[in-house]
Amino acid sequence: MASSFTRILSSKRNVGILSLVGGSVAAGFLLHREHVTAGEPLRRRYPASAEYPDLRKHNNCMASNLTPAIYAKLCDKATPNGYTLDQAIQTGVDNPGHPFIKTVGLVAGDEESYEVFADLLDPVIKERHNGYDPQVMKHPTDLNATKIQSGVFDERYVLSSRVRTGRSIRGLSLPPACTRAERREVERVVVDALSGLKGDLTGKYYSLTLMTEQEQQQLIDDHFLFDKPVSPLLTCAGMARDWPDARGIWHNNEKTFLIWINEEDHTRVISMEKGGNMKRVFERFCRGLKEVERLIQERGWEFMWNERLGYILTCPSNLGTGLRAGVHVKLPRLSKDPRFSKILDSLRLQKRGTGGVDTAAVGGVFDISNLDRLGQSEVQLVQTVIDGVNYLIECEKRLEKGQDIKMCSSGSNVPNTHLAGSGSVL
Amino acid sequence: MPFGNTHNNFKLNYKVDEEFPDLSKHNNHMAKVLTKEIYGKLRDKQTPSGYTLDDVIQTGIDNPGHPFIMTVGCVAGDEESYEVFKELLDPVISDRHGGYKPTDKHKTDLNFENLKGGDDLDPNYVLSSRVRTGRSIKGYTLPPHNSRGERRAIEKLAVEALTSLDGEFKGKYYPLKSMTDAEQEQLINDHFLFDKPVSPLLTCAGMARDWPDGRGIWHNDDKTFLVWVNEEDHLRVISMQKAGNMREVFRRFCVGLQKIEEIFKKHNHGFMWNEHLGYILTCPSNLGTGLRGGVHVKLPKLSTHPKFEEILTRLRLQKRGTGGVDTASVGGVFDISNADRLGSSEVEQVQLVVDGVKLMVEMEKKLEKGEAIDGMIPAQKRLVTYPGINLH
Repeated sequence: MASSFTRILSSKRNVGILSLVGGSVAAGFLLHREHVTAGEPLRRRYPASAEYPDLRKHNNCMASNLTPAIYAKLCDKATPNGYTLDQAIQTGVDNPGHPFIKTVGLVAGDEESYEVFADLLDPVIKERHNGYDPQVMKHPTDLNATKIQSGVFDERYVLSSRVRTGRSIRGLSLPPACTRAERREVERVVVDALSGLKGDLTGKYYSLTLMTEQEQQQLIDDHFLFDKPVSPLLTCAGMARDWPDARGIWHNNEKTFLIWINEEDHTRVISMEKGGNMKRVFERFCRGLKEVERLIQERGWEFMWNERLGYILTCPSNLGTGLRAGVHVKLPRLSKDPRFSKILDSLRLQKRGTGGVDTAAVGGVFDISNLDRLGQSEVQLVQTVIDGVNYLIECEKRLEKGQDIKMCSSGSNVPNTHLAGSGSVL
Repeated sequence: MPFGNTHNNFKLNYKVDEEFPDLSKHNNHMAKVLTKEIYGKLRDKQTPSGYTLDDVIQTGIDNPGHPFIMTVGCVAGDEESYEVFKELLDPVISDRHGGYKPTDKHKTDLNFENLKGGDDLDPNYVLSSRVRTGRSIKGYTLPPHNSRGERRAIEKLAVEALTSLDGEFKGKYYPLKSMTDAEQEQLINDHFLFDKPVSPLLTCAGMARDWPDGRGIWHNDDKTFLVWVNEEDHLRVISMQKAGNMREVFRRFCVGLQKIEEIFKKHNHGFMWNEHLGYILTCPSNLGTGLRGGVHVKLPKLSTHPKFEEILTRLRLQKRGTGGVDTASVGGVFDISNADRLGSSEVEQVQLVVDGVKLMVEMEKKLEKGEAIDGMIPAQKRLVTYPGINLH
């Protein structure tokens, strides 16, 4: 799979980018650090020490890693498109965080941000992604759904299954930094590609600016419509600018494959259905993604990806696979067991309420999904969720019968027969 | 994004048509004035500090407005914004300030002795009196654009100036990021504390960045003179007290402002001012005097009279609820203040408030006795500098 991501830009992008980067080689636009040149340094009237943010009350990954020395080194740099360190960290400065929840606290304005500001981003990535070291490690990409074992859950417990990820269009700035023209181009490129989907993936695009009242109501009823972001984590990073210009939702007629355009990322891709057939959800996810990729490549575009960081998205927390695979599952007894959190941790899973991140569970129904994003492939992560959820359901069943939970003797709570993947990339 | 102006050059790779914002659902001054031609002409310009047209208009794009309330929809990032982007800002200023022309001159008059009367508003009706304005410090960029370093420098300079005041102006500075819980409680009880802006009009313009770094409140020991540092403007200066002695409020306002200005001038950072636009502030609506002088006044009967709005318009006054802009009145108590900012002086504007409120209290008393007020309804007040045109 990785070999298909050849780093060729379409000619129209080359002209614009090269003229800015001042003649460096086309390949240098991409991902090896020594080839990426930063844009024009900023005018700055105050020394770095006078500009360094006050992070004493802050608890996010940016604040933990941004030393005055790193700030001084990077504050005068800019990406070829002109994105700066101050812009990248603004959301983390404005949102000190919570004593218990550690947010990331910075965003990328474009693909090159991950290179130009690597001195800050690499340690942040390492902290956020469990020790993954972008300087030495490689991320495996694997969208071969046939490798998934089992993956059809007991529907007395699992109410719905869903897999989401994001994709960015190489050559266009990301939501925190994009101009209106760039954002409109993202919309054009993606909508054009999606119109080529066929079969069960045939669908329709609903632009936020042009949708009718009925369409809006239907999308709300289907739980598809996304709102203008109100979270200061997003608004302070500039992602809500020019709303609702060039934002929209595409979904297939069967309402099982959905794409958000220009929300927090260029695209968010979601495959979902009621019930417990995670295998089918993932199969459609992979198929749809590959089709979309083929369609944009036909038109001379490609996704942002490299072997260090996998798929490049706006928030460093979504690097790698950008994948969150999850279920809504009824675990009324297990969720009250004091061992619940520890069990989830050891399974590399997280719980959320059924309204999504930051909501509470209702009626013992939890959103259970993978914790990890980077360092393991899509297949590995989805398998982790499948094995983990199966185990949780077993625990719930045992508790129903008045039995105690069965812990694995090997030290991990899940027999890891399915986890022995080669990690190779197709 | 503010302060990241290098992105502007990259944007020029796209055509005007591709970048021009969709303003079809918008109702603010900026949206009414900005054409593709103007956008095309100004998009490659920037002020010496790097502020660009897209920075100026972002708040107006993100906040389409309301069918009935006309917001300005643009801000200045520095003093030079009003020059570099005059092709957009002059018409906006004209629309907002009653036809004010690019050739008009604005009169500044902070000589409180020129105010006639104002010390005898009936305290049975006038509960409190207040005058506020803003000041920007020359040589620094404005809140939508300034960096942390600049904002801290502004704070430092402001604190130096304010803590050197004495007499009735002797006071203390409370930085937002290090005030104690007790201090915070007291400031809230005194109705002095300002919050992190939540209005998207301000946040979309970048004014809440790095909160609460560099922000604070200074007030005198008497709690009658108050300065906000680095909120929507570099400085917001407020003079206030209970009851109706607006004259005294205005005296303290003028004297305090002039003392502060002298200190800033000594540090070679006077206030931003020019003879066309008066005092330069972040929002074009606050140009000129930047002055809002007003009272909280009980007008339960007059406020329900069918001619109330017309009376206010003729008196060149505006009403708000007692929570400030965008609030409703409670118990028939209204915040009544001057509607004008640019084109008339501080004395003239406060005079309108003093005279107008006096008249309205008399009307209220008449209505209490069951008498008619038709004979008291005033003619349209006109500004001295140019023929009266009703303001919104």
